[in-house]
Amino acid sequence: MTERERDSVSGTETTGHEWDGVKELDTPLPRWWLYIFYACILAAVIYWVLMPAWPIGNGYTKGVLGFSDRNNVAADVGALRSARAPMFERLADASTVEIAADPELQQFARAAGESVFGDYCRTCHGAGGAGAPGYPVLADDVWIWGGSLAEIEHTLRVGIRADHPETRMSMMPAFGRDGLLTPQQIGDVTEYAISISAAGARLDPNRAAAARGAVLYQEQCAACHGATGAGDRNFGAPSLNDDLWLYGGSREEIRRQIELGRGGVMPAWEARFDPGTLRALAYYVHEMGGGEPDAPPPAATPAAVPEPTQNGPPSAPLR
Amino acid sequence: MASMSRQRGGLDAWAIGAIIVACSYFALWGAANATDSAFAIQMWTALGAFLFGGALLTGVLGRGPALDQSSRYENGVIKAGVVASMFWGIAGFLVGVIIAAQLAFPNVLYFEEWGWTNFGRLRPLHTSAVIFAFGGNVLIATSFYVVQRTCRARLAGGLWPWFVFWGYQLFIVMAGTGYLLGITQGREYAEPPWYTDLWLTLVWVAYLLVFLGTIWKRQEKHIYVANWFYLAFIVTIAMLHIVNNLAAPVSLSGWFSYSLFSGVQDALTQWWYGHNAVGFFLTAGFLGIMYYFIPKQADRPVYSYRLSIIHFWALIFLYIWAGPHHLHYTALPQWAQTLGATFSIMLWMPSWGGMINGLMTLSGAWDKLRTDPVLRMLVVSVAFYGMSTFEGPVMSIRAVNSLSHYTDWTIGHVHSGALGWVGFVSFGALYCLTPWLWRRKGLFSNALVEWHFWLSTIGIVLYITSMWVAGIMQGLMWRAYNEFGFLEYSFVETVEAMNPYYIIRALGGTLFLLGALIMAYNLWRTATGKEPAHVRTADVPAQAVAAE
Repeated sequence: MTERERDSVSGTETTGHEWDGVKELDTPLPRWWLYIFYACILAAVIYWVLMPAWPIGNGYTKGVLGFSDRNNVAADVGALRSARAPMFERLADASTVEIAADPELQQFARAAGESVFGDYCRTCHGAGGAGAPGYPVLADDVWIWGGSLAEIEHTLRVGIRADHPETRMSMMPAFGRDGLLTPQQIGDVTEYAISISAAGARLDPNRAAAARGAVLYQEQCAACHGATGAGDRNFGAPSLNDDLWLYGGSREEIRRQIELGRGGVMPAWEARFDPGTLRALAYYVHEMGGGEPDAPPPAATPAAVPEPTQNGPPSAPLR
Repeated sequence: MASMSRQRGGLDAWAIGAIIVACSYFALWGAANATDSAFAIQMWTALGAFLFGGALLTGVLGRGPALDQSSRYENGVIKAGVVASMFWGIAGFLVGVIIAAQLAFPNVLYFEEWGWTNFGRLRPLHTSAVIFAFGGNVLIATSFYVVQRTCRARLAGGLWPWFVFWGYQLFIVMAGTGYLLGITQGREYAEPPWYTDLWLTLVWVAYLLVFLGTIWKRQEKHIYVANWFYLAFIVTIAMLHIVNNLAAPVSLSGWFSYSLFSGVQDALTQWWYGHNAVGFFLTAGFLGIMYYFIPKQADRPVYSYRLSIIHFWALIFLYIWAGPHHLHYTALPQWAQTLGATFSIMLWMPSWGGMINGLMTLSGAWDKLRTDPVLRMLVVSVAFYGMSTFEGPVMSIRAVNSLSHYTDWTIGHVHSGALGWVGFVSFGALYCLTPWLWRRKGLFSNALVEWHFWLSTIGIVLYITSMWVAGIMQGLMWRAYNEFGFLEYSFVETVEAMNPYYIIRALGGTLFLLGALIMAYNLWRTATGKEPAHVRTADVPAQAVAAE
């Protein structure tokens, strides 16, 4: 073959092959393509010289820049941790009054608290502590276990029905599911509960049923919720006099709660956060709307906070 | 005569029959001894499929000549592949639209009682359906078509191509129903469990042998470039599939297994596989499609033979190293990350070699883009290929990756490649194949192709632009710090910020699905049209040509 076929449009020679009517031109490599390809290879080689790159034996070429992700991250984390340490130490011993009196400390507590709340609490308690069915509102002044800074922090430490030896614990019986009361009796107690609450104004309780329910209430419910339904923070028993309902305030929802006795679980955060972070979080929640003034810590408060373990999650998450 | 020897079952039929019997036995045993109900359902499904396969085989053999000899090429299995591609494509796009809507409206589309509708189960169903069911069927069908024409040889292996086709469909059904049952290895794009993996291995080896056998008996001196790419795709996928799925089942009568690798080595094996699934399944294979269908449809010679050689070998050599860029800033040693990033950057021009060859083949035929929407689809696919193979190396740079990784930018990148490149080149090939295989002069309606083209293009643009904005915003929000070094935004705030973009993405996906439905209608009308058959001269059996 001396002269190969030329393409009439481009004037380029073909390779002389044909497959099912498809031919190929013998166009040379586009120069710009080739040069960029070379440039990319050159860039890669330069990068290999500068940075950790090729495995050799049990090690690798370290690169002339001596760059190491691990060392850089460790240095950054260390620097941030030591920069924050004084603030967290001051925070760990500060009361609400002290925090409020020190604008710098207050800003720091708010920033730390907001950041921790956003990633660990907000999923259940909602933006701004707005709550959701089964997850208490944190932005109001109604507290199930107590709303002073110390009480909030204690709740954060030990959790509620959590895996912690001193966790806040209470169990409302499932009166319906476990057959403790008949459906008729549950109906009566429901009417009574409505009648002693502010919900009575909108739900119009059945007087006769409520009267029957009053007797049952004193036998079954008053021990925790109190004779008048005022609630008792020692048992984590919510007040029944207001019109705020953890699991919903319709007649059906109130009845359903008496049947099932639901109670949620909040994790214990003591092992996760250092004391400064816990204080910041408690302060943030306290400030959300309804924090109560400082009170002496309850007798149940643990004497000392254990040191975070090496294996556990980072004691002060860098956030 | 060749057709006579096929009448009552040759070695191919006996071997396939033996596989069906052996696998039926295992499925029955597995169903009877299953340690969990999900495995039992899988085994009953497999047994049903094998009985169907056995009946099909006996029925076909009983009817006389098993394969249509009226064309010099085997076309039946390719027709089946076109139908299967369209079917799985629509199924996969539909599941994609559903999960996009789940992300946009999570509370509306959450069904507590139906665990199988959860995003976690539907997401692998979507990815496997579009990549393996749609893409895989397109690849098998087009490779069978192209290898026969460019080798001037009938498909090797008698009934084996049909085994590959039906075996592959069984793989898809087993994998997909498994996901819905909660069966997964937890390896992205390699979710199917050990027995499904073994079955695919068998099918894939048969596919390789059929393809090689056809090349072996070719009547052309040289092997056409499209076949290099198809072969690289088949061989490499076999290797990747086997290595990444090395696992020890806890029990032969249960689905659960443990990977043979652990820790960061397991992660690297997975992403070596994962990235090369992109490189060899979604790139090399579809470049094979491009190299045949673009010159064919444009009726122009391939732009540069030399470029095709250089970019082929560069692509094959470089792609296999790029996997570690999926594991930047993880426990993976930094030197491995360096290699992953630098090889990805070196991969840029080899990828663009394919784009240049595809686009420049149009020189002298650019005017056809105005009148031929099928060619336009093929060419736009190459443009998307060029765009995503530029974006990929950029995202592999560690500094860029620190912003883009784990964000929706990655999802957008994948879809510019998947919808734009893989989707459009497949659509183009199917639009070409349907009139060729069903012997029509042309498609039922070019206007409908125009509708498909524009709806899908708008859908893709909505999809990738919304994911760019969402992803970059997400990355910036994740790394925003306040003056005390605390994160500015909680994770859930970044999720909330995504919502409008998720809605736009779902809309884009819906348009893409709509286009595919129009296409299915168009292809169906083409195949079943009343227009007289139109035989391509190249397809006439050799003896008939000689007789003329």
